[in-house]
Amino acid sequence: MTDLATYNFAYLDEQTKRMIRRAILKAIAIPGYQVPFASREMPMPYGWGTGGVQVTASIIGPEDVLKVIDQGADDTTNAVSIRAFFQKVANVAVTTHTSDATIIQTRHRIPEQKLGENQVLVYQVPIPEPLRFLEPRETETRKMHALEEYGLMHVKLYEDIAHNGRISKTYAYPVKVDSRYVMDPSPTPKFDNPKMHMSDALQLFGAGREKRIYAVPPYTEVVSLDFEDYPFEVQKFDQNCALCGAHGVYLDEVVLDDKGGRMFVCSDTDHCEDRREHGHVGEMLAPSKEAAE
Amino acid sequence: MTDTPLLKVSGVSKFYGSRIGCKDVNFELWPGEVLAIVGESGSGKTTLLNCLSTRLMPTAGSVEYRMRDGNFRDLYHMSEAERRFLMRTDWGFVHQNPADGLRMTVSAGANVGERLMAIGDRHYGKIRETASDWLSRVEISTDRIDDQPRAFSGGMRQRLQIARNLVTGPRLVFMDEPTGGLDVSVQARLLDLLRGLVNDLGLAAIVVTHDLAVARLLSHRMMVMKDGHVIEHGLTDRVLDDPREPYTQLLVSSILQV
Repeated sequence: MTDLATYNFAYLDEQTKRMIRRAILKAIAIPGYQVPFASREMPMPYGWGTGGVQVTASIIGPEDVLKVIDQGADDTTNAVSIRAFFQKVANVAVTTHTSDATIIQTRHRIPEQKLGENQVLVYQVPIPEPLRFLEPRETETRKMHALEEYGLMHVKLYEDIAHNGRISKTYAYPVKVDSRYVMDPSPTPKFDNPKMHMSDALQLFGAGREKRIYAVPPYTEVVSLDFEDYPFEVQKFDQNCALCGAHGVYLDEVVLDDKGGRMFVCSDTDHCEDRREHGHVGEMLAPSKEAAE
Repeated sequence: MTDTPLLKVSGVSKFYGSRIGCKDVNFELWPGEVLAIVGESGSGKTTLLNCLSTRLMPTAGSVEYRMRDGNFRDLYHMSEAERRFLMRTDWGFVHQNPADGLRMTVSAGANVGERLMAIGDRHYGKIRETASDWLSRVEISTDRIDDQPRAFSGGMRQRLQIARNLVTGPRLVFMDEPTGGLDVSVQARLLDLLRGLVNDLGLAAIVVTHDLAVARLLSHRMMVMKDGHVIEHGLTDRVLDDPREPYTQLLVSSILQV
C-alpha cells in the first residue's frame, strides 16, 4: 500500500454506513415504511441510482458477489459504471449471472430467475412516495400513511379505468405490503410485482434524492391494489423472445429498421444468454447464426 | 326529530393572541335541523365553524358529537384517526370556494367516489353507479362524469362539491358561504337543491353566511354574531321578523330591496 489517500472500503465512511444500516434495519422492521436517512452526495448525478448505491455500499462485504442491472440488462451504461464503481472502491467480485450474485442492484427489473434466501435485491428508486402525484404535501402524505388513509390511491386507479377502460398503469404499480403500508415498488414494470410477493430474497429500496429507504423482508405479503371487478393483471406478450424463444418473460421491443421491422427480446439479458447456452433458440437465430449480428 | 341533540357546544372560545376569534359560544343542534350563523365579515363566523368542525383547535370549551352508536364523544378528546374518519363519513364540509373542497385534476366521478373508496369500497362498477346517481341528484348531467371540475362552471362545481360530501350519507354538514361568489339565479337554484336534499336526507347542517336571504331560505334557527360573541339566537323567522338586538335590527334593515 502507498501512503496516498485512498477510499474507505465501499466508498462511504464507516459512520455513514452505520447510519444507513440503522435505517435499513428500521425499514426491515416496518415493511413498506419509508425511513428517512441522511443521504450523501455520491460521485454520480441524482437519478442515476445514488440511493441504490448507498444501500449497496452499506451492506456489501469483501466476500460478496455483485450484479448490477439496468432495465434487466447487465451491459448498459448505468449498470456497467456502477459495477465498475464497486470493483474499484470495494474490490469485490462482480458477475452477470443472477444465480452467482449475493447482491443484485437493479433499476426497473427483477431478474426472471427466482431469487434465493442468500440474495439481496437493491432497487434504485426515483420517487418513493406512491401518493406524491395525488397529494403534493409531504406532511399530508405522511399523515395518510400513518392513519392508513389510502382511498386516494384507488382514486388514481378509478381515473385510469374511467379514461382507458382498464388500469393502464404499467410501472410503479402501487402495492400494499404486509397488509399495512402502500408502497411504490419503484419504476419496475407491474409484470414484476408478483415476484415481490413472498420473495425468498430480501428487497431493499433506496431513494437518494428523496432521502428515503424502505424494505420488503423475505416472505412478506405484497399485494397489488385493484378493484374487485378490475383485478390486477400483468402484461402479456404474444411473441416469444427472438433470440432464445422464451415465453412468459418480460420482453423489450427493439426497432430494427425504418420499415417497421422490429424484434422482441428478453429484457433480462442474463436469462436470455443462459437459455441460449442451454440450446434454446429463438426465431431470429434459428436459420443462421449470422442473423443475430 | 329525537329528544337528544346531535351536537352539544359549550363554552367554545378561540383567541388569536389577545384578539377574540369567538367567545363563549353555547348551543345544541338536533338531527335534521339547519342552523345558520350570520354576521358581518370579521364577526367570527368562520372561526366558530372551524372550531366546530375540528379544523381549528378552540382555546377553551368542548364540542360533543353523538356518534352513530348513540354515545357522545368530545371531538377534541378523540384520536386524530377517529376524527378524520368521522370527517369523511359522518360529516361533510362544503367550502365557499369549490376548488378547496374538490380535487380539480381528477374527474367528477372520482371526486364523488373518493369517499366511498376511502371507506373501503373496491368495486369500480358500483362506485361509478353511485357517483352517476349522485351527479343526477345534484342536477349535473351524467355524461359529464369523466370531465374534470376544471371544465365545470362555478355553480356546477359547487353542486359537485355537495354531491361529493353527501355520498357517504353524512348526518351533519358544515357549509361555509355555500352560495358565495355565485350569481343570483345560480344561487337560487343551488338553494333550492340544498333545501330539497336537506329535507330528503334529514341532514343536520350548520351554515355560515353573511346573506340573510340564504339563512331565511335554508335554516330553522339562526345565531347572530358580532365581534366574536353570539348576540342573538332564535328561530329564523323570529330573528328576521322581530330582531331584538340593535345590531340585528341594523343588519336586517340593511338588506337591499330591489
